[in-house]
Amino acid sequence: MSEQLLEVECEIPEGSFNPVEPFLRMDRIPHIWCAGCGIGTTVNCFTRALLESKANLDKVAIVSGIGCTGRVAGYARLDSFHTTHGRAIPFATGLKLANPELQVVVYSGDGDLFAIGGNHFIHAARRNMDIKVICVNNLTYAMTGGQTAPTTPSHVISATAPYGVFEPAFNLVQLADACGASYVARWTTFHVKQLARSMEEVLKKKGFCFIEIVSPCPTLYQRRNKMGDGLDTMKYYKQASKIRHGAPTSECSLSKSGEIVVGKFIDRERPDYYELLQAQMHDTLGERYAEPEVGCSEC
Amino acid sequence: MSKGFVAINVERCKGCSFCVEFCPTHVLALSSAFNSKGYHTPHVVASDKCSGCDLCGMYCPDFAIYGARYAR
Amino acid sequence: MHADPRGVLTGVHFLDGDHACCEGTLAAGARFAAGYPITPSTEVVERFASRIPTVGGIFIQMEDELAASIAIQGAVWGGAKAFTVTSGPGFSLMMEHIGYAAITETPCVFVNVQRGGPSTGLPTLPAQADMMQAKWGSHGDYGIIALCPNSPQECFDLTITGFNLAEEFRVPVMMMLDECVGHMTEKVIIPPAEQIEVSPRRYTHKPPAEYRPFEPDGTQVPEMVKAGDGYRFHVTGLTHDERGYPSMNVTTQDRLVRRLVDKLKPFSNGRAICETAGLEDAEVAVVSYGITSRVAQRAIELARKRGIRAGKFRIISAWPFPEQHIAELAGRVKAFVVPELNLGQMVHEVERAAAGRARVIPVSHAGGTVHDPEVILKAIVEAAQ
Repeated sequence: MSEQLLEVECEIPEGSFNPVEPFLRMDRIPHIWCAGCGIGTTVNCFTRALLESKANLDKVAIVSGIGCTGRVAGYARLDSFHTTHGRAIPFATGLKLANPELQVVVYSGDGDLFAIGGNHFIHAARRNMDIKVICVNNLTYAMTGGQTAPTTPSHVISATAPYGVFEPAFNLVQLADACGASYVARWTTFHVKQLARSMEEVLKKKGFCFIEIVSPCPTLYQRRNKMGDGLDTMKYYKQASKIRHGAPTSECSLSKSGEIVVGKFIDRERPDYYELLQAQMHDTLGERYAEPEVGCSEC
Repeated sequence: MSKGFVAINVERCKGCSFCVEFCPTHVLALSSAFNSKGYHTPHVVASDKCSGCDLCGMYCPDFAIYGARYAR
Repeated sequence: MHADPRGVLTGVHFLDGDHACCEGTLAAGARFAAGYPITPSTEVVERFASRIPTVGGIFIQMEDELAASIAIQGAVWGGAKAFTVTSGPGFSLMMEHIGYAAITETPCVFVNVQRGGPSTGLPTLPAQADMMQAKWGSHGDYGIIALCPNSPQECFDLTITGFNLAEEFRVPVMMMLDECVGHMTEKVIIPPAEQIEVSPRRYTHKPPAEYRPFEPDGTQVPEMVKAGDGYRFHVTGLTHDERGYPSMNVTTQDRLVRRLVDKLKPFSNGRAICETAGLEDAEVAVVSYGITSRVAQRAIELARKRGIRAGKFRIISAWPFPEQHIAELAGRVKAFVVPELNLGQMVHEVERAAAGRARVIPVSHAGGTVHDPEVILKAIVEAAQ
């Protein structure tokens, strides 16, 4: 059985609680994510970002799609929407336009946002819709068993590529940049402090913001490719990551076991969709333009 | 007396060891004891070294641990 | 409550069905629309795009129908009355989100101006071949309400009804127009706003600690809520309990899915919307809807001239199907004649409700134009034998 434990413990003050708990639906904890999965880590960072940005939590809405990361909406104690596969972004678009006071955060995975959801991503970025997209990229379709995703690097084994992936993978930060996103950053789940800071920045910034978070999927991606467990992956992130703020996004591709360029690549000012809408309408209609009262209590 | 403390919810832990690995002052170690799900959980081995930085809390994917500074 | 006058274009107009439908949405209080162009429905949103900036709302042309059909639901949860507009191919794309609206009980309106199908089919020509799809198109068990206008005036009036029913039953409502009704131009009278009844959203007054977003009140329909009011609620397409939390087990599935269907029973039992004439002494009942009902009207008149006691049963609320009315008629008439611009869709519902007590004679048409009244008359004559 167990050996003699060291008896040194910490004295825990009365009334102390885990700072993440007020942000969670504690009646649904423990969550469904695997041991060593990084999604929970990103939620800690998001919690810290919400705290630091002094966001009014009643006005923060979280929208997710389908997949492991999509389950974040169910655990976050905010107005939360678990929508259909790939369609978190258009749902978020409607939500935001109906109530521009809301801070709308899309929290979803790489497959959901970039395969089935790819079309919606590029258009929302193009429009500079004022929504914040947090993408946990575990390089696979985790929930369904580890199939190839558009982000799965070449030569990796997946459930639908048993002999190895040979398709080129998306470089998500380059894609976001090319589509016109106002803020583009990438971190890994190792970079908890920087990630929390990036999340705080986007909560304070208007426009389409995108944060990619490279995260382990030890049960499927790492296991099938004999890359160890969650801890081994975190150590790889620590060793292989290079912080290069402002690096050209075209030079930030990921590979099976190579360098991971992280940092904030894009932070620019562009009028967001709503501002453009207002400007155009005021310009052409002048006084005839009626300010939108889309979502109201009495209707 | 240490600057900070660590609180561990042993039953929630899944033994991933992120906290053990990334604590800057090596306050934690994986115990040979295990919780009701069979996971080996961390325990405090050097409480006097804890600064309450809460990096363990930020890393923990299972919300099973957090650190905080003692109020002075 | 009364319509908001800012959205009501009071007056006597000469409008086509698509345009009248748009005016109906505005009168009903719709202040958000998302759409994707598709013939013959596009005019509905083109007019909305032109009208809404002076009424006070937003139109966004989304990148595809998948986006449009869920953007409206985001807008609903943000507090808006919202709708989208499409035709066959787009309707097919929207099916997943109709199911999402059904399970999340999101009140919203889908306008389908039906055209020839399947697939790209006949973009500019009428059909009524999406009727079954309106009810069964998404996977799983759920209920919807579908309304069939047969004139531009009804495109205006019934659209308001559609929005009201969506709010009352927290359900997606399908406005099943067809290309003929959508593109025909007729007189449309839009009354003053104070004469238009509009159902407000049934927002809860319970405090956040007590409110359950999917807990029905006595009517089997839960009260509604919107984001930003501090309720911190959860909406998911997974099978969920009254709190909205995923609860994927047999008991919850039974409770939830049965309620989604059962909550519409008050509408089908006794509140079905239909128009009847000449059924008191009828030996043949002609059951039709949409543009076909106008051709059927002619055929019925011709039949009466020949001494056949033909009566009209015009379906206006097609789903839930008015089975009680049909069942009652089946006990009185010799036969039903069911002309449709499809190869037989609602006729199966008529057969089901008639349960063998009266003959049911379909008058099918592959679509592209309306029936010749003589063809329907021939069926009535056959039915009367």
